[in-house]
Amino acid sequence: MAKQFVCKVCGYVHIGDKAPDSCPQCQQSNCFEPMKKGVSTDSNAYTITYATILVVIVAVLLAVVSQVMKPRQEANARLDVQKQILTALNVDFSNSDPAALYEQIVEEQALGDKKLFIAHIDGATKYVLPLKGQGLWGGIWGYVALDEDKNTVYGINFGHEGETPGLGAEITTENFRSRFFGKHIKDAQGRLRSVAVLKPGKAAEEGQEQVDAWAGATITSTGVNDMLLGSLNEYAEFLNENVNEEKEVEDAE
Amino acid sequence: MLSKQTKEAFLGPLNANNPVLVQILGICSALAVTVQLKPALVMGISVTIIVALSNVVISLIRKSIPMRIRIIVQLVVVAALVTIVSEVLKAFAYDVAMQLSVYIGLIITNCILMGRLEAFAMTNNVKDSLMDGLGNGLGYAMILVIVAFVRELLGSGKLLGFQVIPQWCYDHGYSNCGMMLMPAMALILVGCVIWAHRSINEEKK
Repeated sequence: MAKQFVCKVCGYVHIGDKAPDSCPQCQQSNCFEPMKKGVSTDSNAYTITYATILVVIVAVLLAVVSQVMKPRQEANARLDVQKQILTALNVDFSNSDPAALYEQIVEEQALGDKKLFIAHIDGATKYVLPLKGQGLWGGIWGYVALDEDKNTVYGINFGHEGETPGLGAEITTENFRSRFFGKHIKDAQGRLRSVAVLKPGKAAEEGQEQVDAWAGATITSTGVNDMLLGSLNEYAEFLNENVNEEKEVEDAE
Repeated sequence: MLSKQTKEAFLGPLNANNPVLVQILGICSALAVTVQLKPALVMGISVTIIVALSNVVISLIRKSIPMRIRIIVQLVVVAALVTIVSEVLKAFAYDVAMQLSVYIGLIITNCILMGRLEAFAMTNNVKDSLMDGLGNGLGYAMILVIVAFVRELLGSGKLLGFQVIPQWCYDHGYSNCGMMLMPAMALILVGCVIWAHRSINEEKK
């Protein structure tokens, strides 16, 4: 069978058993190479088949990786939430197994379609509520731990998707979190007001307690403010229930 | 052991042909992840791994890729690798994955990757492509680390999260340079590094 040879310089195709010494079209010598065998990689059928096979291989590969990694990822995510709740409860877990510690002190409870975490620390009951909001670049979240009176902030913890490192991301630091400790989310009349996050020097509305925003991270701080207000309001029914009544119900059960 | 061409493929991008300094590629992520040293390091390592692997894969199948859809094929390979790296990080280094968040996914859009695939892996053998990928990844990581080092040190007085500027300095009136935390400073610093790099290379010539 005759072979095909193509000139590297001008693309001239020679058909024969051997490559010619010089190209009849462009006069170069030793410029021929054998033409690629098989189907042309430029045909439509080849292109479509190639794309289909590639996509199927990649899809299978990704599905396998995702399935294999899933249990570990879910375990990591669960552990992460547990650590965040423990941090909100000011529990030090650096020297112990956080998962075991969590099992020991925290009890999860469904509140309608919402989640409520009840913790028992040194005989006292703490309520932990999840927070969700928007920062500057993406989502922010957190957990706030309240004392039994459903009013005093016992502890709080923040997380974020991608706030600016060194600025908005500093909301996760002890320095910022500790500003909330001991603040009250209700005013003197017992109405739910949340805690305002404001630039130093600005005053909150009457009856509302406030903390200083993180300098240089105005939008993230405003996000924290809105998140607290919004998320606490979602739990308004639970928070406004009379604390004593709640206890009686629990006892009755 | 290594041929001259292979050596050049690896060493070139580290200095004379650095992707960030000379080709001015990958600047976008250089701004985003260089406020602190740790994310910059992880980002540099992730990019190195992904450039090297995608270079190898593309080099392996380079003769079978239909020319008309080659960019799409390259993109699919890069996207698949980035997704795998991101999944693996989430499973084995959860904290780091959370810290880098969207930036891992955004490696797909890093110009260095597509640039190397199109300019090198499409026409070179597997070994050279691997070295070229490693070289470019490390060349990129090097610049990230230099910029992040300066920004974290001057911007927050820390390195890798540890306080290095003693309290004594703050007590005597030193304060952190807030400008360093702004993305614009990354550009200015990259500019300074390019300036230094060019003047040194000029002397050699």
